[in-house]
Parts: sequence; C-alpha cells; structure tokens
Amino acid sequence: MQPQNLAEIRNLDIAFADVRVVEGLDLDIPAGKTLCLVGESGCGKSVTAKALLQVIDHPGRVAGGAIRFRQGTGNEIDIAATPPRSAAMRALRGADIALIHQEPMSFLSPLYTIGNQIAEALTLHRKVSKAQARQAAIAMLTEVGMPDPERRVDSYTFQLSGGQRQRAMIAMALINRPRLLIADEPTTALDVTTQANILDLMRRLQADSGMSMLFITHDLGVVAEIADEVAVMYLGRIVERGPVDEVLGHPQHPYTQGLLASMPRLDGDFNAPLQAIPGMVPPPVRKPSGCAFHPRCSRALKGICDKIEPLQIATGPDRQVACHAFGAEAARFAVPPEQPQKAGLAGASDPSRQPSGRALLEVAHLDKHFAVRAGFFQRRIGAIRAVNDVSFDIFAGETLGLVGESGCGKSTLGQTIVGLHTADGGDMTYTPRNGMPVDLRSARGAVARQLKTDIRMVFQDPTGSLNPRMRVRDIIGEVLQVNGVAKPEIEVRVQKLLARVGLSPDYAERYPHAFSGGQRQRIAIARALASNPQLVIADEAVSALDVSVQTQIINMMRELQADLGLTYLFVSHDLGVVANISDRVAVMYAGRIVEIGPTNAIFRSPRHPYTEALLAAIPGRHQRGGAGRIRLEGHVPDPAHPQPGCAFADRCRYAQHACREAPPPMAGTQEHGFACIRADELTLRAVHQERALESA
Amino acid sequence: MGHFMLRRMLYALPALIAVSIISFLVISIPPGDFITRTAELRAAQGDIMPLAEQEAMRRAYGLDQPIPLQYWNWITGIVTRGDFGYSFAFNLPVKDVIWPRMGLTIVLSLASLLFIWAVAIPIGIYSAVRRYTVGDYVATFLGFLGLAVPNFLLALAAMYIAFAGFGLSVGGLFSPEYVEAPWSWERVVDLLGHLWLPMIVLGTAGTASVIRIIRANLIDELHKPYVTAARAKGKGEFALLMKYPVRHALNPFVSGQNDIFVDIVSGGTIVAIVMGLQTTGPLLLDALRTQDMYMAASFILMLSVLVVLGTLLSDLLLAWLDPRIRYQQG
Repeated sequence: MQPQNLAEIRNLDIAFADVRVVEGLDLDIPAGKTLCLVGESGCGKSVTAKALLQVIDHPGRVAGGAIRFRQGTGNEIDIAATPPRSAAMRALRGADIALIHQEPMSFLSPLYTIGNQIAEALTLHRKVSKAQARQAAIAMLTEVGMPDPERRVDSYTFQLSGGQRQRAMIAMALINRPRLLIADEPTTALDVTTQANILDLMRRLQADSGMSMLFITHDLGVVAEIADEVAVMYLGRIVERGPVDEVLGHPQHPYTQGLLASMPRLDGDFNAPLQAIPGMVPPPVRKPSGCAFHPRCSRALKGICDKIEPLQIATGPDRQVACHAFGAEAARFAVPPEQPQKAGLAGASDPSRQPSGRALLEVAHLDKHFAVRAGFFQRRIGAIRAVNDVSFDIFAGETLGLVGESGCGKSTLGQTIVGLHTADGGDMTYTPRNGMPVDLRSARGAVARQLKTDIRMVFQDPTGSLNPRMRVRDIIGEVLQVNGVAKPEIEVRVQKLLARVGLSPDYAERYPHAFSGGQRQRIAIARALASNPQLVIADEAVSALDVSVQTQIINMMRELQADLGLTYLFVSHDLGVVANISDRVAVMYAGRIVEIGPTNAIFRSPRHPYTEALLAAIPGRHQRGGAGRIRLEGHVPDPAHPQPGCAFADRCRYAQHACREAPPPMAGTQEHGFACIRADELTLRAVHQERALESA
Repeated sequence: MGHFMLRRMLYALPALIAVSIISFLVISIPPGDFITRTAELRAAQGDIMPLAEQEAMRRAYGLDQPIPLQYWNWITGIVTRGDFGYSFAFNLPVKDVIWPRMGLTIVLSLASLLFIWAVAIPIGIYSAVRRYTVGDYVATFLGFLGLAVPNFLLALAAMYIAFAGFGLSVGGLFSPEYVEAPWSWERVVDLLGHLWLPMIVLGTAGTASVIRIIRANLIDELHKPYVTAARAKGKGEFALLMKYPVRHALNPFVSGQNDIFVDIVSGGTIVAIVMGLQTTGPLLLDALRTQDMYMAASFILMLSVLVVLGTLLSDLLLAWLDPRIRYQQG
C-alpha cells in the first residue's frame, strides 16, 4: 500500500444477485484529503461507499477484489475479506470509518432524540458512562455549530430545520473521530444557502482533524467547492481521476466533458443552450460492451470503443483517464469534433420575447394566509403569511423564474395562481391572447373550466404526481376527456404529445412505473401541454432529476416554448437552472417578492442583500476560505410571527435600525424592482464573468 | 401531552352518550317486551296470563312509560347510583349479575391478548428477518391455518384432546366446587388452571393476523436508511433490530390492537357457549332472546364502553411510543 493512501480499492466487484453493478473498480483514497466521487445516479457511487463499510443491503454483496484500509494502529485490514457481521467489521464501522447520508430525516430515527443517537455511536466503541456520552454529544454538537446544543441534544429530528438535522448527523458520524468520513450526497437535499454553510463546516472539520473524506456528489459546483481530488465514475468504473483543478478545468474523458457542458453556467451568456449528454445511464444488466460510455459518446469510434474495454491511462502525474482517445489508438481520434451548437433556441436577447403590451397574468397585492390553530379548542391564533402582498406581471412568451429558500412561499404562490389554494386577498388578472381579461379569483363555471386548460402545472416529483394505476394515455388524455374531446381524437393528440416530448408513441399503453425519472417528467410535461395551455407553472420541475437529464428537460422546455409560444413561471431553488431558462427572475423571501428584474440584472447587479447572499451561496464560485465571504445563518423567519420591518433584517449584514421599523416599499424601475431601503447606498457583489468553476 | 390526553378523553364522551342511546334503542324498539315474552311462554304451558295482569306487571316494571323516559331513568340510575336497572329473568339487580361476568370477560380477553403478543411478535419478527426461508413458510402456514379454522371447532378439538388425552377438567372457567365459592387464593389458582385453554382458542386467529401485520410492517422498515445508519455506527445486528426497525414497526401494530381486543371480546360468544365459560357472551345471548331489556342494554353499553376505552388506551399508548404524535398534536 502506498504511504500517502488511507485506503486502496483494487479490482472491486459488487453484485446484486447475479448482476455486477461495480466491476473491476480501482480507487485510492488519499490520507488527509477530500476525494470527490462524481457521476449520474445509477453509476454505483453509493454502493461503493457502502462497500467500504460492508453495509450493502441484501441481496447486494462484495463479490471480489480487495479494499485495503490502514487502521489507526498502523495495521492494514482487507475490508472486502472481512465478514460483514464479524466483530472486526463492527469495530471498524463508526470508529474508523463513518458515513453520512443525503437525507438526515430518514438516516436518523424520529423515535429517539438526536442526543441518544449521537451518544450511541460513542458508547458502541468506548466505555463511557451515560452522562459522559451525553456531555460528549453536546460538545460535538457545539463543534458542528448547532445553535443552543444543550437544549437541542434532547430534540427529535422533526423538531429541527434541514441544516440542523444535517449538523446532528455530522456530529453522530464524527463523535468517534473517524479517519475516513464517507459523505453520500450530504448537501443535495439542502437549500443553496444551507448547503454553503454545511460545505464550509465540512471543509473546516476535515482540515482541523486531518481525516480523509470520500465525498459523493453529482453537483460539479460542490466538487469545485470541496474537493482536492476528483474521481469520475460511470457504470461501476472510474473513467477519470485527478486533482480538482485539472479535471474540472481540462476534462479529458468525454463523460466528464459532457457533465461539465450540461451544467448551467453563471459565466458568459446565462441563456446559452446547455449541451446535454444524450440518452441516460443504462441499467447494469444492459451494460454496453467495450467502453460502457460509447453509446452516449460523441467521439466513439466503431471497431474500438464498442469492442475493447479501455484501460486506465496515465496522462500526467496523478492523472488517469480510461478512454481510447488517450491510448495506443489516440491517432485515430486526433481531431476532437467541434462542440455542435444547437441553433434555433430563443434566448433572452431575442426581441420577440421582450415584454410588450398587456401582461398575460397580472398579480396585484396577492395574499395567501394559512390559519394557525392551537390550544384546547383549536382556536385560530394567527396566520402564516405564506404569500404576502405579492405583485408581479408575466408577459406572454416569457419565462419568469421564481427563486428563494424553502419556506419562502414560492410553491404556495404557484399553487395559488393555478387554483390549488384560494387567495385571501389581492387580484389576479389573466388576459389570454385575443381574449378579454379574466379575474382568476372570481371566475366560475365555463370560464373557470377554460382557465384550468389554459393554466397548467408541472410538479416536482414525477413519481408522486403520476397516478401509478393509470396508463400513460389516460394520464395525458384526462384533461381532454374531462373537456369532452372525442376518444379517437384524444388518441391522436396523445400520440402527438408523446412525440413532442421525445417519447415513443408506443408508450401510451404503459404504466408510469415502466419509466425513468426523466421520462416520467416528460410525461408530466406532456400532460400539462395536452390542453394547449398558455401558461405553465413548473414547480421545481427539474429539481429531482440528474444533471444530464435535467439539461435534457430544460432544453426540451425551451424548444417547446419557442415552438408553441408558451409562457413559464419557473419555480426553483436552483439558481443556475433559473439563470439558464429565465428571461426575468423574481426573488422571494418570507412571502414577499424582494427583488424582480431581468435575469442579467438580477445576477450581474443585484440590488437586494438577500439576492446577493443567494448568489454568493451558489457552490463553485468562491476562492476557498477566501476573506469576506457572505454566508446566511439561520433560516427563513417563522411566517406566523411577522416582524414589523424588513423580514430579512435579522439575517442581513447591512441591516440598520431603520430597516426594522417598516416593511420596505418596492423601489427601482418598472423593469428592475427591489424592496430595500438601503439599496442606493450599498454596493453588492454579483456573479462576475469569471470562469465560475475556477477555484482553489 | 396533557392537552392531548384531555382532548382525546373529551372526544370519547359524545361517543359514549351516543352508544348508550343506541344500545337502549336497539333493545326497546322491536315490538313486544319481556312481559309479552313471559305471557307467550306461559301460554305455551297452557297458563293464560290475563291482559290486566300483564298491564299491572308492565306498570310495576315501568315498561308502560314512553321510551325516552325509560332511557332517562335507566341512564341517570347508572350515572348517579351505578344502578343498571333490574333483570326480569334473574330477579336480581343487573349489576349483581353483570359485574362478576364482566370481570371474567376482561381477564380472559386480556389473557388472550397477552398470549397473542407473546407468540405473534417473536414469530412475526423472525418471519420478517428470515423472509422466504423454511421457518418463515412454516410460520406463515400455521398462521393461515389458525386464521382459517373456526374458533368453536378449535374449542371442541382442544377440549377433546385435553379431556381424552390428558384427563384434564375442561369446560367452564372454574372446577365445579369453585363456581359459586367466594374469591380465595385457591379459586384464583383454579381459574388460572382453566383459563389457558380458552385463552389459546380465543387467541389463535388473532395470533395469525398479528404475525402477518408485524411481518409486513417490519419488512418495510428493515431497509430504511436509519438501519444502515445504525449498522454503520457499528451496532450489532440483534441490538439494532430491536432498537430501530422493530420499534418503528410497532406503531401501526399498536393502533391495530384495539380491533383485535374487540374481536376477542365480542367474538368469544360461541366459544364461551361451547366451552361453558362464565363470561358475558352466553348471558347477553339469553338476555336478547328473552327481551330482558335492562340486562341486554347494560351489556351492550358496557361492551361498547370497553371499545371506546380501548381506543383511548391505544391512542395514548401510541402517543407514549411515538414522539411525533406526542409533540405534534399535543
């Protein structure tokens, strides 16, 4: 074993029943550094992590190879040869190697306090009294930055915010001071602001303790933020490996290049079309011959790539790539093809999409409050002001992005427009092309039915939003059937819609479970388009998807918009995606819109401190540990207890006494509005045109 | 938590009132009453009861009053004095007939419930953890067998085997010399000696369904991330099984326990008749047949109260077990 490595994985095979999901994997985990394992879902990243602990769920098992790990005593142990249930393996788990997970809500049990579960990790490996374990848990919670740890140690997971749960889970993993921390997508489910804080924390803990970190993620921005080295994984094998700057700055493997190209960029032109990797990760049973990536690769050569499995080729010190283009046959790949530019996509600069005339939807002073009930008789004691005095316009043919942390009311706003909630105040006026203005709140009867076909919604979770007992044809055709369209015509329309969203018309007879997440979201979009809508509200419509699939869906939505003249209200917490697809962006905080304007203005010259903080939190944009970084602590204030002044004041680094006195009015121009009384005296930081991924 | 308990108890109150009204109506609405039935019986023996005498008896028993008034008198008697009315058939106050029987019913039902838990929970856990093994198939097979065989048939077979094979005294909950005896240590021992057979018979069907419930719940929990988390901490398999997935799987099980208890109480009648048990079932059947109305109404009321109390108890137990319920509805 090399002295600089903490663990070496050699020729590892992992099988589920007879299917090998990981085959011949070689990976070195360097001591005292952070190694990022990157790839789409289904590539075997998580199962490799679990193999290091021998905690793969039945029927999965380590089927061959070696995992050599250097213990604290200096001894080497081959984890792959240690039985999962042996005492030796149990002694290793949690003490030398610890695991954290994407979803702390399910990784921690809701039935025990976090203190109980953190202390348990300690008492399993050390002889300490209950009181000592509790003290250690409190000390650990303090170290991971849990506010008020003495009290929170007795909390249950459901009493904590997302970031606090994450901290509790990290405390549980680190209480034994492990030498290797495996972090499986630890920030994927978090808000961008919380994610930034957790990444800071993990980097600090790693630096302080000198432990190694195996960090699994699909987000290349996060990689840029935290990695020392990167390993890119595709279908159970490492395809590229090297220091973070080189891999992200000069990717060699076409898969790495594809992942980078499909990521929304914040440098240069926001609206530049993204390059999606075609197709998707095939299931391991149907792993292609030769180079597993060749069916999706633009450089693949017949006779080589589909026949011969590429070996790891050293292309520099510490750099390896498994691609024939760097091997003995490199000459045949001599000219890398030009990245084909997709033409014909309308961008923000397209004059036809500039707002003009009467808005398709005018929202004025919209309120949506939810009653808070408490006490013995469940009296109404207050209201959660989920949407509070919100005004904005959406023009025909444009995309308005709606961003903000979770709990800021953006989903409620979308749902209120589409009619899933009844508004408590304000006006929503909808003016269809060649039509009369309609008041959404008072529409009844035939007008209301027409509205339900005109304004449609796409939901976040494509699994939960499609009825599993209905065929795709019925899911898509339901809105037509309700509106009395004849059966044969529905059949024709469904076929056309399926083709429109890039699916085979034969799929109409199938049930949703037969499709992947990306395909299901295509079906959900086809359903939204079935009634020829004018306005489509996409509520986190691509958030649950893998990055390359996400790009495919975004590109498709843009094409549909160009062809059909659709208008989108695009709700998302992912600022990169919003920047890419939106003409204008509205930033929401605590039920109010705090800033609204053209995408370029919002990202390049934000005027509200909250916008600045959101932009600063986008991963991959900062010099590590750089001075003057902006981080938002805490979370969106409890909307049941509104402050008299600016809701953001408590988290704002520029807040003054005057900010807390009255809610700031919307200022600025018709085009770019912002609700901050200090906007004119502040110089806020923006996203600059530097290469976003250059870091370290 | 205090609010939660108080509110739950208050919710039970209207249910109890409704139950008392319904149980009284069910008994008094059908045409005829105890006097008519008595007259018919006498007539069958050739002894005609004059109408005037019938009316006199009606007046004496208060059966000539309008039904709402009868109900009012009955329910105020129960609430203020614990007086459940008079049993015409036994010529005794209802409470003197009911209470001993009620006590035995509760003892037998609780014993059956404990038997179910003791047998079904370990087997259910085993079946879930060793899914699709021989042991799981055997447990599943026996479970379905228990579910399919009617209770009374099982009672007959068990009595036959116990009597013919082992020469045990079967039938009833007491040996003949203790039936009328006052409570004593010997009587308790005698009761325990008789209790186990009806307990097993009554528990069999419940055992089968509880095994299935535990198995299904636990299988859902076994692959949850928190199990991986506990394993990744280095916890041993048995300890983590008990602390995490089993504890999680108990929740839906606990909320289902009241149904099983009700099944035991109300479903035990036929078994009680077959085995000659001094529980409420046979008495209720007789009271209904003879239109001994206060007796029947009181029985139905008490069994319903048991159900409402059982629901309350399982709700409270659930709140005690699950902090999510404790903290989010309290």
